Amino acid sequence: MNDKYEAVIGLEVHAQLLTESKAFCGCSTKFGNAPNSNVCPICLGHPGVLPVLNKKVIEYTIKMGLATNCTINQRSTFARKNYFYPDLPKGYQISQYEEPICEQGHIIISLSGSSEKKVGITRIHMEEDAGKLIHDHGFETLVDVNRCGVPLMEIVSEPDMRSAEEAYQYLTKIKQLVQYLEICDGNMEEGSLRCDANVSVRLKGAKEFGTKREIKNMNSFRNVERAIKFEINRQIEIIEDGGTITQQTLLWDADLNEVFPMRSKEEAHDYKYFPEPDLLPVIVDEKWKSEIEKYLPELPENRKERMAVTYNLPKYDAELLTQSKPIADYYEKVISVTNDYKSASNWIMTDILKIINEEKIDIRDFPVAAEDLGELINLISDGTISGKIAKEIFPAMVIEKKKPSAIVKEKNLLQISDAGEIEKIVNQTLEKNSSEVQMYLGGKEKVFGFFVGQIMKETKGKANPKLVNELLSEKLEALKNKIIK
Amino acid sequence: MLPYKNYSEKFLLIKEGKLSLVENVKFFLSEIEKKKNLNAFNSVFSDDALIDAKRIEEKIKTGEHGKLAGLVIAVKDVLSIKDKPTTCSSKILKDFNAIYTATAVQRLIDEDAIIIGKTNCDEFAMGSSNENSAFGNVLNPTDITRVPGGSSGGSAAAVAAQLCDVSLGTDTGGSIRQPASFCGVYGLKPTYGRISRFGLTAFASSFDTIGPFATNVEDLALVLEILSGKDELDSTSTDKVVPKFSKNLTLDNKIRIGIAKEYFGKGISPEVKDSIDSIIEKLKENNIEIVEISLPHTEYTIATYYILTTAEASSNLARYDGARYGYRAAQNSNLPDMYKQSRSEGFGKEVKRRIMLGTYVLSAGYYDAYYRKAQKVRRLIKNDFDNAFKNVEVILTPTSPFTAFKIGEKTSDPIEMYLSDIFTTSANLAGIPGINIPTGKNSEGLPIGMQLLANQFNEMDLLKMSYFIENKIL
Ligand SMILES: [Zn+2]
Repeated sequence: MNDKYEAVIGLEVHAQLLTESKAFCGCSTKFGNAPNSNVCPICLGHPGVLPVLNKKVIEYTIKMGLATNCTINQRSTFARKNYFYPDLPKGYQISQYEEPICEQGHIIISLSGSSEKKVGITRIHMEEDAGKLIHDHGFETLVDVNRCGVPLMEIVSEPDMRSAEEAYQYLTKIKQLVQYLEICDGNMEEGSLRCDANVSVRLKGAKEFGTKREIKNMNSFRNVERAIKFEINRQIEIIEDGGTITQQTLLWDADLNEVFPMRSKEEAHDYKYFPEPDLLPVIVDEKWKSEIEKYLPELPENRKERMAVTYNLPKYDAELLTQSKPIADYYEKVISVTNDYKSASNWIMTDILKIINEEKIDIRDFPVAAEDLGELINLISDGTISGKIAKEIFPAMVIEKKKPSAIVKEKNLLQISDAGEIEKIVNQTLEKNSSEVQMYLGGKEKVFGFFVGQIMKETKGKANPKLVNELLSEKLEALKNKIIK
Repeated sequence: MLPYKNYSEKFLLIKEGKLSLVENVKFFLSEIEKKKNLNAFNSVFSDDALIDAKRIEEKIKTGEHGKLAGLVIAVKDVLSIKDKPTTCSSKILKDFNAIYTATAVQRLIDEDAIIIGKTNCDEFAMGSSNENSAFGNVLNPTDITRVPGGSSGGSAAAVAAQLCDVSLGTDTGGSIRQPASFCGVYGLKPTYGRISRFGLTAFASSFDTIGPFATNVEDLALVLEILSGKDELDSTSTDKVVPKFSKNLTLDNKIRIGIAKEYFGKGISPEVKDSIDSIIEKLKENNIEIVEISLPHTEYTIATYYILTTAEASSNLARYDGARYGYRAAQNSNLPDMYKQSRSEGFGKEVKRRIMLGTYVLSAGYYDAYYRKAQKVRRLIKNDFDNAFKNVEVILTPTSPFTAFKIGEKTSDPIEMYLSDIFTTSANLAGIPGINIPTGKNSEGLPIGMQLLANQFNEMDLLKMSYFIENKIL
């Protein structure tokens, strides 16, 4: 980025709330059911139907408000956002406009170089989702209304971010929070978390904002970062070339790594908001608020502290493990089986995160159960198998989805810890490699490693390395003494 | 002629075997057929009604029956009944069958009332003369060259012409009281929130109410009692206790009547004024206290009403777009065109006029000047009534400035048409209950109506005074 300029970025995040039923009717919110099966006269927008607010939607939004240090308004109201689209059966979306439920909050994001930044939250409000259009049916467009009325929470940030990285970190933090609160699964690829960005640039130190452009359709965390970076650079180019920025709505094209303007017709919306007459104002009294506060789940910062202290983990480990709630949950499940806290952390941070990042899967879908990883760690610490064997067993656990003890048994991988048996193999090895023994006795002590390797090869890696080392040095020492005598 | 003058008499006749409910329903069906020229019904459920009559007659004999057993009711065609046409008298819903039943209708069915059919009305309940129906005008049973009033014209005419015992209408700005006055029957608009709106096709959601038409106060009270009460499906319905209206109609407490000068000004026909004045005189003679009151913001009611109701309507009617149900224009080239064509062809002139007006007042740049300001005036009008009801229990006004006018007389001038609701819209702005009492006829034999208004949730005093006037004054 050109040093003369700075970017001003604000994000609008839509999070689909994990309630059992829709926001204003009793229909299921279950994803993946047959098209138009989660429907009733209310979400189909039939004549004469009325919305009835699902209380869970308020609760979930208040949770997010509390977790982001917002003021929870005692009174908030719903409004209608009017526009025509086939996926919107009523011709309006029930949302909140002039009086949202949460306002004036902030979150702290971590940036590279261990610095931190406070990003303001303007407001958080409740609304309902629209349906889906399916275009791949020849000339026809089909409508699936299942998603209509699924509750959404919109989180609007202050224009406090100054780079694509900050936007990325902000979004990561929002995802982390909704997952910790268990109010949204935070999956951008599946659309349960959506993000629009308002981006403008200005000369560093300028007080006025530049003209902002809105970017939509960024369906992954990386795309948000890429699209914002792209747009910042483009705006700087335009200004440098003596042009002016016009207000536009842009769509991100992930295949081309570029943003394109929406047709101006599509963006010329006057939503004609007005108070929703079918719903009463939402009143949140102190009692209700403190009840929700009391049962607020542990938030990431607290969990990081607690895990570092309780399990004696380095700060780095605690940070990494608590970045996502499912990973932290996985960790704590592993150590409910084993007391080797640090090993558990190492296994997750290296072996597991590597696989789930490569395969782009959620740890909740990881084939190895946390309890099984715990068992594997125990097999090492009680000497049943070697660490080396464990590294061989682990991929088999991933692929074959078997318990480690079963694999050990099946493949006969039990560690040889019988001193007599190992002594026999040590003797055989020294006899077979007499020239190397001579080298060792002649002072080339490096050959020691060669002997270990041979023994391990002979035992297919099952020999207890500690015993091998002990017995081997014992034998070689004895040979040395013999010569001196 | 019917051999009874209210439901309790009807019930006794059936119970004692002196009246066959099946014959009674057959009589109504033949009257509907005979008076088909009135065009009061959009659909008639002959077979269902006869089956119900037989079944319910049995229930009455065994004593296991609901509170409205055998009451024959016609329902305005803006209320949903499962698997029955619900057209709102609009081309856009011409072939639409509802997939669920409105709470209000269900409560009647649960008490063994018989639903005989659905009545014609102004399209989407928008109108004051029933000349806005896609299925033709309803004629006034007293004089078929005249309108029955609107928008619940079919429901008012059906009761006036004895095509049913009772009917349901809806009232957003006078749509029950004004046609009741034009047709010479009783019509009650309850407090907003008293009766669930679930299943009532919305015109203006913060104004819409459902209420009954009848030939007498007792039947109104009984039906109101059944319809009222909290419904989990309507967040704006209240859980306020529902009094036993029908059991407490005797005037046993002091009810003072307020007369507001703003409701007796210019434009009111002399015959209407004379009729009401004579009622006031008789009330005084009967020692009813009459109090002069003022409702200073009355002159703003029509403007406020039309800004707010059209705003809500423009949004409520957005769902009729041809995409999912209802009328879709045959010729269309793309999606926006399909919307435009379907709505242009599907909606009538008055509905389109109101959608345009409502869209305008909500538009960016106009919202504050119109919608927001009108909301403020609405509060002032409500305050007027709050103040007035500190000194009186009910307020007496004419229902309409004039009697039923000729078909076509006011269709060319919407403002003139809107003025027929000049005395009724205030009750919807304030959310208070009101009733039309037929007070007599003018020199041409046309019915004259008088309106009583009461404070929110004070239907009891409203009904008591109406019952007193019905039995002691008229
Ligand atoms: Zn539904």
